[in-house]
Amino acid sequence: MSARNSSTRTIRGEKNLQEITTAHPDGIGGSPLRPDGTLKVKGEFAYSSDLWHEDMLWGMALRSPHSHAKILSIDTTEALTQPGVYAVLTHEDIPGSKYYGLEIQDQPALAFGKVRYHGEAVAIVAADHPETARRALAKIKVEYEVLPPITTEEQCLDPETHGYVHEPHEYRGHASGNIVHSQKVVSGLGVNEDVRAMADVVVVGEYEVGMQDQAFLGPESGLAVPAEDGGIDLYIATQWLHVDREQVAPVLGLPENKVRLTLAGVGGAFGGREDLSMQIHACLLAQRTGKPVKIVYSREESFFGHVHRHPAKMRYEHGATRDGKLVYMDARIVLDGGAYASASPAVVGNASSLSVGPYEIPNVNVLAIALYSNNPSCGAMRGFGAVQACFAYETQLDRLAAKLGMDPVELRQLNAVSQGSHLPTGQVIDAPAPVAELLQKVKDLPLPPALDTTHLDIRELPGALSNTSHGEGIVRGVGYAVGLKNVGFSEGFDDYSTARVRLEVIGGEPVAMVHTAMAEVGQGGVTVHGQIARTELGVERVTIHPANTEVGSAGSTSASRQTYMTGGAVKLAAEAVRNELFNLGRSRYGWTYNDLSLIGGKVVSASAGVLISMVDLLGDQAIDLTREHHHRPTVPFDKETGQGFGHVQYTFCAHRAVVDVDVELGLVKVVELAAAQDVGKALNPLSVIGQIQGGSTQGLGLAVMEEIITRDGKVRNPSFTDYLIPTILDTPPQPVEILELADPNAPYGLRGVGEAPTLSSTPAIVSAIRAATGLALNRVPVRPEHITGT
Amino acid sequence: MEFLRPATWDEALAAKAENPSALPISGGTDVMVELNFDRHRPGALLDLNRITELTTWESGTYEGQEGEVIRLGSAVPYARITKELSGPLQGLSIAGNTVGSPQIRNRGSVGGNLGGASPAGDAHPALLAAGKDVFVEAESVRGTRLIAIDDFYVGVKRNSLEPDELIRAIRIPVADGPQQFSKIGTRNAMVIAVCAFGFALHPKNGTVGTGIGSAAPTPRRAAEAEQFLADELASRGLWESGGLIGPAAVQRFGELVSAAASPIDDVRGSAAYRRHALAVMARRTLTWTWNEYTQSLRSAAA
Ligand SMILES: Cc1cc2nc3c(=O)[nH]c(=O)nc-3n(C[C@H](O)[C@H](O)[C@H](O)COP(=O)(O)OP(=O)(O)OC[C@H]3O[C@@H](n4cnc5c(N)ncnc54)[C@H](O)[C@@H]3O)c2cc1C
Repeated sequence: MSARNSSTRTIRGEKNLQEITTAHPDGIGGSPLRPDGTLKVKGEFAYSSDLWHEDMLWGMALRSPHSHAKILSIDTTEALTQPGVYAVLTHEDIPGSKYYGLEIQDQPALAFGKVRYHGEAVAIVAADHPETARRALAKIKVEYEVLPPITTEEQCLDPETHGYVHEPHEYRGHASGNIVHSQKVVSGLGVNEDVRAMADVVVVGEYEVGMQDQAFLGPESGLAVPAEDGGIDLYIATQWLHVDREQVAPVLGLPENKVRLTLAGVGGAFGGREDLSMQIHACLLAQRTGKPVKIVYSREESFFGHVHRHPAKMRYEHGATRDGKLVYMDARIVLDGGAYASASPAVVGNASSLSVGPYEIPNVNVLAIALYSNNPSCGAMRGFGAVQACFAYETQLDRLAAKLGMDPVELRQLNAVSQGSHLPTGQVIDAPAPVAELLQKVKDLPLPPALDTTHLDIRELPGALSNTSHGEGIVRGVGYAVGLKNVGFSEGFDDYSTARVRLEVIGGEPVAMVHTAMAEVGQGGVTVHGQIARTELGVERVTIHPANTEVGSAGSTSASRQTYMTGGAVKLAAEAVRNELFNLGRSRYGWTYNDLSLIGGKVVSASAGVLISMVDLLGDQAIDLTREHHHRPTVPFDKETGQGFGHVQYTFCAHRAVVDVDVELGLVKVVELAAAQDVGKALNPLSVIGQIQGGSTQGLGLAVMEEIITRDGKVRNPSFTDYLIPTILDTPPQPVEILELADPNAPYGLRGVGEAPTLSSTPAIVSAIRAATGLALNRVPVRPEHITGT
Repeated sequence: MEFLRPATWDEALAAKAENPSALPISGGTDVMVELNFDRHRPGALLDLNRITELTTWESGTYEGQEGEVIRLGSAVPYARITKELSGPLQGLSIAGNTVGSPQIRNRGSVGGNLGGASPAGDAHPALLAAGKDVFVEAESVRGTRLIAIDDFYVGVKRNSLEPDELIRAIRIPVADGPQQFSKIGTRNAMVIAVCAFGFALHPKNGTVGTGIGSAAPTPRRAAEAEQFLADELASRGLWESGGLIGPAAVQRFGELVSAAASPIDDVRGSAAYRRHALAVMARRTLTWTWNEYTQSLRSAAA
């Protein structure tokens, strides 16, 4: 690691439950280079936007300029007559179901009757050139009757006065009023006057989290190719091939086996590709024209083409004893889900069940709801539900510490969960939960040196090259935070993964091929699959088959689950292949050894030594096996009490942020952002550090700059000019401490890493800004105006 | 779309005369964005990149301008201004160093900034502060016209160029005293100004220069603030003594700068914040330049 991002790594191998017998430098525990890494850095990687097909057309969507309006009429005549235009489609042209959706099918593939958010697709065009398509869009006449948008919590919760986003008879989920989903969690005695009376100290706060965007760099894109059998082959950048297919096929009026998906190069996802974007549109146009159709969003369209992080308004109340023991917590979390359901139910599930954070609190009462509104749809984004709650509870813990006159880290440690703790859902944490230790790790790291005012490098100051300060107005602050995140899909969902592993001799060498439908979105999954195959099969060469729907589902690349779930499936399949190989030897040579392993391309018995090379044993035979990996089952949370074994695994990360704030101008420079995380087992330590630093940086963005700003439901900053994400000058050195305390339920004892760092980095940074300014700062992102009070 | 690529300046002027609606393209860092966003569909692009003299600068004396002047070719990129002209064009070079990222600074130019005339353009406050005798050299087949910088900005993204004119160069007096530039952005690089401030001391004629960016429909000067400070410096003999300006006068200067702006609330920041930040930047840049000035006085005396 470079000096700028110097990282330390603490290995706690003695606690690993699983012995890894086969050592290979590029096996698990190593950090082999990514197969896609160099290509990406050199700009040679083929992304979905680079797809090309002879004779292909370009698809484009006409989008609503209103956040809420009736569609009175759509006239496509003029657009259709333009030379070069092959098709102009509206909802009337949809052969199958008109709706789709991840959990609740409430979103029209093309709007009809009404548009419910700014940017909703109304019509689509296929033309021989993007410019032709753009011109055709301009010729489609849509008559709207603009309706008052329903955008605030007050409006949403009073449908009698302000109306419904979806009329009650249109509901496809469990919605009522303008509420998509709600979840209560009650534990202990709940929260009532008697419980309140047990607390010596109470803090109450209201908190707000703005609408963050995933801001992946590769815009939504894909290519739909009509096939001879009447089906469609779709090449697509997504997070979950099979669930895309499940949603696309019914709209096309095709059986699922006629819709075949292959993963194209994905330029980042962060949850923003869990929902469909251009998939259905490209397929509809390809179906209609009989020609391949490519769609690539522009950056602006991308802001309308995917869901965002739910903005949240939260009221939190904590009571504690004089010596700092938490007595109760009451929370109300209101998430704005926007026009369509997307992942709102799961987001509510996480927000409510993880709302307490990694703390033992005997009495809890929580309500989380997601609203339907005419704001942009919100859904999955890294850490969903848990990110919003973490900002609130960590701010509360800071305020409680201040009120008690306690050290904020010590207060957290005093109340931290550990293995065996009960969460308010009744679920017992049955794996290591080193929360207090993680906090200690970041606290014990040496602090970065104080600002050197004699040798100023203005790039190190708030404002940097903008030259706003030569040391004036700058105050340093330090803040801490820790979070609680789940791994995998929850609440009874069986998000299994499938892997196929094939072992054969190619060119005189044993070669393993790994075939899954896992979406590599930049997380390093394909690298890890290679490592697992090398470790389990003792081979050098591993090829990764393109991800497609020819093999079973791999579930989503989200919820920090892919290494756990699909990595686990690869492990199972590789183990099955290995056993098959041993059986081959047993039947052919009558081996009776029970101490066999595969090392360096050879079958080795611990007692008898090398038995045979894999090449000789396999000959021209191939072993080709497919396995599914299911995590342990979970159950839905009880609607009224939130009780239930709802989550697969828990994960924890702690941060210490050091900031310099120009208190006169309200500008912030994060000086250092240290993290400590328990990853169970670092299958690829370099990737793990990358995930932690990347996740922390996304949390930094939420803390100080990233927000989609709307007025009356209309997005005002759909561009990278005004939706700001951190640059390298905003991104500080990030020392990372890694703990490896194995989870006995997980493959190799590993713990999903991708999301936990996104939770606590935001509150840690804001806590540091508070320390520097003495301000309350109950809303993120913190803007300069919030600091200067202007 | 037509793409015109004149090889010489005269050809460029002829092409512009013939095709007044042709959009000049220099570094392209504004033009290409506008095209990609589909905000502009010009009938023709007039590429100035083959005309080498636009990327050169020279120093000399010119009628109507006192002392030595830098004649800055319209297409000299910011990176070169910062590298080659940080002394004579101190304010502009600091401003140029705040523009975008290294890639943008390697391509973007002052001519392009003036051509776009965005109120958020970072060159403008520095040019205004550099003096009232900064001139934009506008040329057409009809001849050369010198446009005083104060007359150049006429509205939101509008300048006083005639349709057949191109910017050949900008004539900027060599700094005769310290100059500074400051800008606010909500991230630490690659950011459009929420507001910006340029400041220059002109000890030779006992004036000071200011320029406000992103806080009014056009870049503008804080005339009252300039007058106040010039009077203060003169009446108290501070130019000669190099004495402290004192907090009251510094404060007043900041207030007057802030009062000269007419900002709006938008997604980048509130009007109130812009006013506040302008006052802070005005105080700070005045302090920095005055310290530098008094140090130079002292070292000259030593
Ligand atoms: C990522 C990014 C970041 C940016 N950051 C900043 C920033 O921080 N600060 C800032 O001020 N700007 C910024 N910009 C905008 C841009 O870089 C500047 O305005 C730059 O000065 C434009 O110069 P150019 O040579 O690239 O102009 P071009 O794009 O070539 O032209 C800009 C305009 O000037 C006209 N023009 C160009 N040359 C002439 C000429 N000789 N005569 C007449 N008209 C002419 C063009 O027709 C056009 O209208 C940024 C742009 C990008 C893409």
